[in-house]
Amino acid sequence: MEIVPLSHVLIFACLLFVIGFVGVVVRKNTLFMLMCLEIMLNAVGVAFIGAGNVWQQADGQIMFILILTLAAAEVAVGLALLIRMQQRWQDLNIDKLSELKE
Amino acid sequence: MSAMLAALPFMPLISFMILIVAKDRLAWRFASLISVGALLFCTIVSLLIAQRVLSIEGEPIRVMLWQWMQLDTGVSWLPISFSLVVDRLAAVMISVVSGIGFLIHLFAAFYMKEDENFVRFMAYLNLFIVAMLFLVLADNLVLLYLGWEGVGLCSFLLIGFWYQDKKNADAARKAFVITRIGDTSMMLGLLLLFTSIGELQFERIDSAVIQQWSVGNETAFWVALLLLGGAIGKSAQLPLHTWLPDAMAGPTPVSALIHAATMVTAGVYLIARTQSIFMLAPEVMNLVAWCGALTLLLAGITALAQTDLKRILAYSTMSQIGYMMLALGAGAWSAGVFHLMTHAFFKALLFLCAGSIIYALHHQQDVFKMGGLLKKLPIESGLFTIGLICLVALPGTSGFFSKEFILGHLWQSPTAGPLFWWLAIIGALLTALYSCRLFFLVFLGESRFEGELHRLTSRGALLALLFLAALSLVGGIWHSQFNMPLLQSQELQMLNQSILTANNATVVPTWLHTLAIATPFIGIAIAWVLFAKYRRSFEQPLISVNNAWVRFSRAGLGFDYLYLFLIHKPFVFLAHANRRDVLDQLLMLLSHFSLWTKDAILPTQNGSIRWYAAVFALGLSAYILGWLL
Repeated sequence: MEIVPLSHVLIFACLLFVIGFVGVVVRKNTLFMLMCLEIMLNAVGVAFIGAGNVWQQADGQIMFILILTLAAAEVAVGLALLIRMQQRWQDLNIDKLSELKE
Repeated sequence: MSAMLAALPFMPLISFMILIVAKDRLAWRFASLISVGALLFCTIVSLLIAQRVLSIEGEPIRVMLWQWMQLDTGVSWLPISFSLVVDRLAAVMISVVSGIGFLIHLFAAFYMKEDENFVRFMAYLNLFIVAMLFLVLADNLVLLYLGWEGVGLCSFLLIGFWYQDKKNADAARKAFVITRIGDTSMMLGLLLLFTSIGELQFERIDSAVIQQWSVGNETAFWVALLLLGGAIGKSAQLPLHTWLPDAMAGPTPVSALIHAATMVTAGVYLIARTQSIFMLAPEVMNLVAWCGALTLLLAGITALAQTDLKRILAYSTMSQIGYMMLALGAGAWSAGVFHLMTHAFFKALLFLCAGSIIYALHHQQDVFKMGGLLKKLPIESGLFTIGLICLVALPGTSGFFSKEFILGHLWQSPTAGPLFWWLAIIGALLTALYSCRLFFLVFLGESRFEGELHRLTSRGALLALLFLAALSLVGGIWHSQFNMPLLQSQELQMLNQSILTANNATVVPTWLHTLAIATPFIGIAIAWVLFAKYRRSFEQPLISVNNAWVRFSRAGLGFDYLYLFLIHKPFVFLAHANRRDVLDQLLMLLSHFSLWTKDAILPTQNGSIRWYAAVFALGLSAYILGWLL
């Protein structure tokens, strides 16, 4: 089976990461920001898998499982936050959460 | 005897405490009973002690109350004890302070009866006596300094007693600040003395300085100079004298107390007490004599132009203290202290009489508005005249004996000399002149005062005046006491002998005494002609000559203006120029800088998480880029 070259995998991961990051910075809706965060995490996961595949090691996949766990935890907290935001402001605009600045 | 001595300063202190705590809850009768009674006790005890100490074989009495503190001399610890000592000098002083103080208290109890703050007044008077007694009884310089500052505090409280009037409060502050200059100098002298010989107890100081320093020693010079600074501040001598005339703002008994028994005599006492140091610094003794002589003349001239009765007396006090200083400067220690005593008698009398005259004339103090009082107020006038006779030093009065005593020492003294004798004679002439002017204006001529006189009719006050008058007249009988030196230590006598009789070769002219005795009469004769207008008062209304010289002299020869322009104005100017505080601005730069940086970076903390993420990413990529390149 033809192996996809690592550089392609990394370029793909980078693109995915940048898309996710731009999403985090640009979107105001917290729900979308969370989804973009997921994209970023997955981009990192892709990079790990690709690297693990090149060196034929299981480490990359283990890391991916760890990242998945992390993502699940993060989503749990994030969604709880979302619900509280909705209750409080009836809105999911992240800029509303700027009261700690002073 | 020592138990009585220990109780001496504490009796008026207890009285002060009772009065100051009870305040207005105390009736006049009780308040005056307590305060005057305490002073009566002091007088009796003082006289008993003085009788014992001043007898031929009298030994100093000492009592140590408690140890106060320990000072590190670098080698060992020097204990400073709260101990009192009465030697001949202190015996004279406590008799004067308590005796005159008692009579003034007695007078004040009646004079101030109607004042609403009577109790407070008597309390302060008591405290004044306490401070003065501590000053006089102290056996070391630290305790003396306590009394010294206490006296300063009480003078402030009493001069500004009627503080509701801003003028009085200002006078009090002036007295306080100007004496403070002297006090600072004295404090420095005390520290210098302590660091250089490590002793503060008087007798030890005497023996230590005599052993360690020779005549003309530089440290002795500085210590003596600094102590002199303190003395001239308290004793109102040139150039720190400007507070005394303004101190007239206080009630009259206060003026009497300040001028006669307490406060201004403190400086004279200090110099007499530390005479060993002064003898080792002949230049400073000469300076003391100059201070005295100049003050004596300046005050005499100024008194000639005053229109306020109390101010005339104030300037005469300055001039008489000048005599004392002159005597001290000439090394005639006993003569100076003798004059202090007789001056206390007649000046207290003069002030208290002046107080009753001013009271009778509805607080009129202008001598040009009095006149003819000899007929209207015969008793007060008679007593006042007795005081004036003593001031002028007519033969037989107490003032005569003490002034002659001083004059007798001046001619031969190595630190004074004929020049000072002549200055003192001119001073005596001036004294006679201004006394006569005062007498003519107030008592002779026609009355220029319209309105009912209200007399001070209480017997107690009159009794005090009579006592003082008797003392002023016969005070000279204690003359013989002062032929013996007041400080009896052997070393001191040797020093006295070696220094002050060094050039006894000066021939004393035979006409010296005749001229000295004749001077007051010459003065009176001149005044008789010069002030004939005031005597007969044929001009109605009588007004004072008002040319520039008289105005200049009335303003105290312009010393107040001098200080205004020399010290006050530049100080205010500097303070105004520096009102934003230049140094502070330098420090404030730091604060301005941090404020500015805060303003600059504050917008970055906007709370928007998307911004943070973006900036974080930007920074990270910049970092990685930099690392890669």
